[in-house]
Amino acid sequence: MPGLGTLYGRGGATTFLMDLQHADLILIQGSNFAENHPVGFRFVTKAKERGAKVIHIDPRFTRTSALADEYIPIRSGTDIAFTGGIINYVLQNEAYFKEYVLNYTNASYIVDERFADTEDLDGIFSGFNAEKGTYDAATWKYELEETGGESGEAAGSAKDAQGDGTSPTTGGHAEHGTKRPKKDETLQHPRCALNLLRKHFSRYTPEIVERITGAPREQFVELCKLVVANSGRERTMTYCYAMGWAQHTVGVQNIRAAATLQALLGNTGRPGGGIMALRGHASIQGSTDIATLYDLLPGYIKAPSLERGEDTFEKWKKNWANPTGWWSNWPKYAVSQMKAWYGAAATAENGWAYDYLPKNTGDHSHQPMFFTMKDGGIEGLILWGQNPAVGGQNAALQRAALGRLKWMVCQDLFETETAAFWKREGVDPSTIGTEVFFMPSAAIAEKAGTLTNTMRLVQFHEKAVGSPGDARSDLSLAHQLGKRLKKLYAGSTRAIDRPILDMTWNYDSDDPHERERGEPDVEKIMREINGYVVETGEQVKTFVDLKDDGSTAAGAWIYTGYFPEKDKNLTRRRKGDDWVSLEWAWAWPANRRNLYNRASADPDGKPWSERKKYVWWDEEAKKWTGLDVPDFPATKPPTFRAQPGSKGMDAHDGTAPFIIQEYGVAEIFGVQGTVDGPFPVHYEPRESPVPNFLYPHQQYNPVLKEWRRRDNPYHAIGDPKYPYVLSTYRLTEHHLTGAMTRWNSWLAELQPEAFCEISPELAVELGIRNGDWVTISTARGEVEAKALVTGRIAPFKIGPKQWVHQIGMPIHYGYQGLVTGDAANVLPPLVADPNVSIHEAKAFTCNLRLGRRGPAHEGPTWMPVPADEQTPLGKPERGGRVEAGTAQTTDDAIVPAEVIMAGAQREREWEQRENLIERTEDTESEA
Amino acid sequence: MSERLQDGVSAGPEMGFFTDVTLCIGCKACEVACKQWNQLPSDGFALSGDSYDNTGRLSSTTWRHVAFVEQMDRETPEASRWMMLSDVCKHCTNAGCFEACPTGAIVRNEFDDVYVQPDVCNGCGYCVPSCPFGVVAVQQKSGVAQKCTLCYDRQKDGLEPACAKSCPTDSIQFGPVEELRAKAKARVAALRDQGREAHLYGVDGEETRDVGPLNAFFLIPDRPEVFNLPPKPVLPSKFQPEAYAVGLLAAMTMAVVGISVFRGFREESA
Repeated sequence: MPGLGTLYGRGGATTFLMDLQHADLILIQGSNFAENHPVGFRFVTKAKERGAKVIHIDPRFTRTSALADEYIPIRSGTDIAFTGGIINYVLQNEAYFKEYVLNYTNASYIVDERFADTEDLDGIFSGFNAEKGTYDAATWKYELEETGGESGEAAGSAKDAQGDGTSPTTGGHAEHGTKRPKKDETLQHPRCALNLLRKHFSRYTPEIVERITGAPREQFVELCKLVVANSGRERTMTYCYAMGWAQHTVGVQNIRAAATLQALLGNTGRPGGGIMALRGHASIQGSTDIATLYDLLPGYIKAPSLERGEDTFEKWKKNWANPTGWWSNWPKYAVSQMKAWYGAAATAENGWAYDYLPKNTGDHSHQPMFFTMKDGGIEGLILWGQNPAVGGQNAALQRAALGRLKWMVCQDLFETETAAFWKREGVDPSTIGTEVFFMPSAAIAEKAGTLTNTMRLVQFHEKAVGSPGDARSDLSLAHQLGKRLKKLYAGSTRAIDRPILDMTWNYDSDDPHERERGEPDVEKIMREINGYVVETGEQVKTFVDLKDDGSTAAGAWIYTGYFPEKDKNLTRRRKGDDWVSLEWAWAWPANRRNLYNRASADPDGKPWSERKKYVWWDEEAKKWTGLDVPDFPATKPPTFRAQPGSKGMDAHDGTAPFIIQEYGVAEIFGVQGTVDGPFPVHYEPRESPVPNFLYPHQQYNPVLKEWRRRDNPYHAIGDPKYPYVLSTYRLTEHHLTGAMTRWNSWLAELQPEAFCEISPELAVELGIRNGDWVTISTARGEVEAKALVTGRIAPFKIGPKQWVHQIGMPIHYGYQGLVTGDAANVLPPLVADPNVSIHEAKAFTCNLRLGRRGPAHEGPTWMPVPADEQTPLGKPERGGRVEAGTAQTTDDAIVPAEVIMAGAQREREWEQRENLIERTEDTESEA
Repeated sequence: MSERLQDGVSAGPEMGFFTDVTLCIGCKACEVACKQWNQLPSDGFALSGDSYDNTGRLSSTTWRHVAFVEQMDRETPEASRWMMLSDVCKHCTNAGCFEACPTGAIVRNEFDDVYVQPDVCNGCGYCVPSCPFGVVAVQQKSGVAQKCTLCYDRQKDGLEPACAKSCPTDSIQFGPVEELRAKAKARVAALRDQGREAHLYGVDGEETRDVGPLNAFFLIPDRPEVFNLPPKPVLPSKFQPEAYAVGLLAAMTMAVVGISVFRGFREESA
């Protein structure tokens, strides 16, 4: 999550769940903590028992609100306005933690005079390229000192690719050389980061917060007071978020807003403080670490990209190996990774087999990939535990895309909707050419392996029972694929086959039974990920020992240390205590539980207070010590001062806790990483019934990714055809698309049918009674569900006249399994945050009517898309300057009359068929 | 306690549940864990429309049931609340089911819990109307009365019951009843200190007048009626003396009438 990464250095949650019990105040926003993370919520209830206050800020009153001390309603998609309002309150009242802010953030750093804020340019930052719909980040820089290191180059020459959304999320301003930024430690300079922040959020007053978010003003001000009272030397506050923040076109900036606030209040790196990022499901943290994202290699090493001109190892290295800060170690991690993958074939001469690595040529994230697939640009797909036919946005489009594949391999526990897409309602299987291979998979208890949970904790689990029949672990499929590809290419002399022939692939299990079933040995893979000395085969103990000369190999440097000896798997450990539990499993990096914990001590290395003592400098032993593994060079004293021109970690003072960052401080002015601006800005969601009150000339994120195609139509701003706001979400009783839970009778009975939650006010307006069938529609399709009329949903009063109705619908249902129902994800459009390409499922517009839907409900996905609207591989489309008054209407995507007629014709055919079936049944029963 | 034990079983401390409504997040892990451990079937797949409660009530196949109390208030939003209570057999000291069972199938086991022995039960169903909480029911398929066993089988192996084991927030706590009562009282005091309403249900209140203290008791933040718990549960056996008296009276009246009629007949015929 670059939201955290750009501010603090690492993308992981800064704290751990058990630490929540030491918070004095817990804010939960953009998360239904109790429902979706019930086990972790234990520590929120523990905190409450200890007297902490828990506040839930959400569009819906959920089971989390039920347990909170206070619930504050906000309109979906207005979180930045809310958090920005708190930031403004803190700054206006000079209530920030001065010593922390001055020493541990870039508040005093002076920003380039060419930088212009959204307040200056009416909703956009300097560097906006209206034609491309992207930013050039050249002016989002510090003003550098005149003298510096010998390698200092001209400042401000931002990488050309930065404006293309492929800019570095970590590291990436090597052009600064070792020159240091100018500072004003009196915080008086109008262009110091703090004063720019002050100006940026100055209009986020309680009145405006209420106007935009609908949260009652008095309640908001009370909250601000509570936040201030529970931060500082003696007290700390934790901010918790989840998908409710991520799934927006401003997803990353939602998180940045909270990270900024926590930096100002001095809560990060301290016990009971920080940001608790709650991941969507088991090991989603692990799958980002060991990397399922198209633009990352394991350990958050950016995948090579030709867009950035990284066609040789040297160019790649130049872009990512920072001269200062932790990323100065980048070459050690990258080279060790290549050694782990290609063994002896990776040499200094061939750039560590750099040519073997695939190079990105564009945006290959999920959404553009499915557009390309639908346009016939992709032949085959292997899916492990993913169910895009239900879980994908504009799900009908994604189902249609699957039908354009030549082949698809789907490994899952049950025949999911995706595996069965070719026989869904309204589809004639004979018209689909995709060959589907369904591979039954082993469930978690049927295989050994690790899960990396929401707090970066890697936990090993043993295989408890054998898997039934032909079911195999997911790993076994990957393992066998590798083995058989190697066999297939054996003896080839072609250069293009070398990556397969040279890749190390020695994971066969030593257990004859497992080997016979084709299962690999998980611990062999773990040993490689941890890393070893190439010459001796000895395990590497810490990532500090990794080398850039090819003498060490390690699959993912952040995991180095979890398997420090041949038979010592630290993730098996199960010795816990009631708090930090350093001997329970292993957390990356280096088993640290609370990141940036150097910040729990003052600049002199002493705890800020006895009550919040955590990690401190032991003057006698001359090292850092405390309750956690110090997140700092172990023997670097607080008095250490960097000399001009020094490199690597020596360029950081002994007071700089954010060791990954270039200057060791939290960056409240984001000079790196985010492509949509150095500060969070309130923009409306892509689809909203409300104009942007702050910036009438910029309705939504100007650089969001969108795809204007007739099979992915967007609603106009305030479109009267789609007046309501819909959020999709999850329930405790089901998991994701229900692929595991809707097949289990004990879980299915708890939430047996698709439903949507509506307010009593809307129910009265539309004549809907509790339990009635209703149809929810968007331009993408329509779904039916039972209405659950509840006071937990309330309309929002926005401004003097407008009422906004909120509707909620769980995403769990599909057409396979014990219990079935329509998939809510048929409704949202494909549109994405520009930083991480995440979709916007938490706020989009829809219509609602009483009654059931017709048979053809999948919207315009089957319409032929003309060539000029198609999506070639890797090419995202961008947003741009959009005024609130201008219609980006549904009608913009013109639907030809004959197409509509064809749709109606299909509906009629369906009705006739249904009637026929009914009649046949009647005759049969009579006979 | 020990005098209520069956022969040949040595007594341990009384074991029970303390269910704290203020900690319940309504995740229903207890319902699922109970059904899984006890291999109980699902009760069908229909949306009730009653908040998030789709299993409705305790039954012969649902031995833990999370009740949802949704009280949303538009006039005073701060008074809005949504409470969840994981209901279960109360394992009463004076259990109605135990009293009514004619076959001796319902016993108190060595943990002082009320247990239905499935191999003895003949499915007569007398226990069903005798439970003032509506807990026990006869299952159609097995033909015997079924309810929470307080995981008798797990307890015998030194394990805590499945529901308590799975509860993520410790809303359900299992242990010796004496200890649990002490914990519960401390919890009530702590909550009241925070200015919150808290009462114990099933320890020493009015509700224990007939049924006695409950081995599975609750901490509730409002009156029992709000959670569909009877404020004064009454045992059918309480009406026994009156019922016998009335029966006796009726018999005597009948006898008197009979005798007088008979005498009259004799006099007439004489």
